[in-house]
Amino acid sequence: MLSQDKRLVIAKRIAEELKEGQIVNLGIGIPTLVSEYLDDKEVFLQTENGLLGMGPPPTEENLDIELINAGKEPVTYLKSASFFNSADSFGLIRGGHVDVAVLGILQVDIKGEIANWAVPDQPILGVGGAMDLVTGAKKVIVAATLFAKDGTSKLVKELTYKTSGIRKVDLFVSDYAVFTFTDEGVKVLEMMEDITLDELSKKVGFNLEYAAEFNSSK
Amino acid sequence: MDKVIESSEIRKLFKNGDQILTGGFGLSGTPLTIIDELLETDIKDLTVVSNNLGDLGQGLHKLFMQGKIKKAIGSFFSINREAVIAWSKGELEIDLLPQGTLAEAIRCGGAGIGGFYTKTAVGTELAEGKEERVIDGERYIFEKAIKGDVAIIKAAKADRLGNLVYHTTARNFNPMMATAGNIVIAEVDEIVEVGELDPEYIVTPHAYVDYVIQSKYSKVGSEYVESR
Repeated sequence: MLSQDKRLVIAKRIAEELKEGQIVNLGIGIPTLVSEYLDDKEVFLQTENGLLGMGPPPTEENLDIELINAGKEPVTYLKSASFFNSADSFGLIRGGHVDVAVLGILQVDIKGEIANWAVPDQPILGVGGAMDLVTGAKKVIVAATLFAKDGTSKLVKELTYKTSGIRKVDLFVSDYAVFTFTDEGVKVLEMMEDITLDELSKKVGFNLEYAAEFNSSK
Repeated sequence: MDKVIESSEIRKLFKNGDQILTGGFGLSGTPLTIIDELLETDIKDLTVVSNNLGDLGQGLHKLFMQGKIKKAIGSFFSINREAVIAWSKGELEIDLLPQGTLAEAIRCGGAGIGGFYTKTAVGTELAEGKEERVIDGERYIFEKAIKGDVAIIKAAKADRLGNLVYHTTARNFNPMMATAGNIVIAEVDEIVEVGELDPEYIVTPHAYVDYVIQSKYSKVGSEYVESR
């Protein structure tokens, strides 16, 4: 698959996880693409710069450069929308009022701890809302291709990049498989590619197991 | 009472070494006219508290390029290449805070609260050196409140007394910063008479605001254009 196709497959699978009526925060990158696959499902998108009820990107006529999302891209708002200040917005996030946060990652370890803010060997001068979202959302789904450009697995035994917090994520949707994280660590929930568990284990570099609720029909 | 003044009159309100709370997220809700006035002064060694340092060639980026900023406290500076370079050379101090921690610290600063415990950043590099405490079985770190000598903010409308309403996501950090500055200057798109704003919809009550100026910028397509 081409890399954009992989990203879309991941986004589409994550959209299936979202439920009618949920308050959802979509991070930058693949997570943003999730909104394209919501179809008729009414999901309320929150953006941490102070909007609940984000709509699709604007046309040229209704572009308003003050109305942006957390990625600083112009957006619109729905009839049901509300605006609030940044302290209230992060109260919503840290206080557990956001049902699902969908975040991009650099790495996730086998317990579900993630690194998604600092690239090694580069000056680290940006964190934004990443740590607040990991800490506070009721459910955290992470999205990424399973392998980095240099071929290394983003699912790792131990993080080598800087952690985003001690909170463990719930689900990792990649282009090869969907992983869940329980007290026993990472498990394969379903395959996204025609690949065996052995082949996948070999690719990531350690033995993987199926989750009890493994879905072979996918 | 009338708090509306000419924009050039605000220059005398700043002094060397001030800590300046600056509203805005990206350029949305940034007081561009006030920043332009600061460029006309000789003040230096400023500490700026802001989510980010403007955008290329705009907003706080201009102030930074003029060498007026000694230290920046905020959550996202990565896209500002010059700031990253200055920081790596030791020419710019940076305090990096998670965005929610930054917002809450300013809210506390304006509400008479000394600080707060948060779960955000526990166990990360940004928690290093901060007091940790377990509350009801969960780990929290202590974050101090943030205040400013001056707060410079942007709103959509003000009445002459300084009651403010905002426009969409240009609200962001502005309402908290309005509460946490020793001197508070609001730049607005439109100034109306007292009584013209519906009290039910006022976001920032005039008690917080010291001065109001008319913005010189207007939104044209995808840009802010100096128009007045």
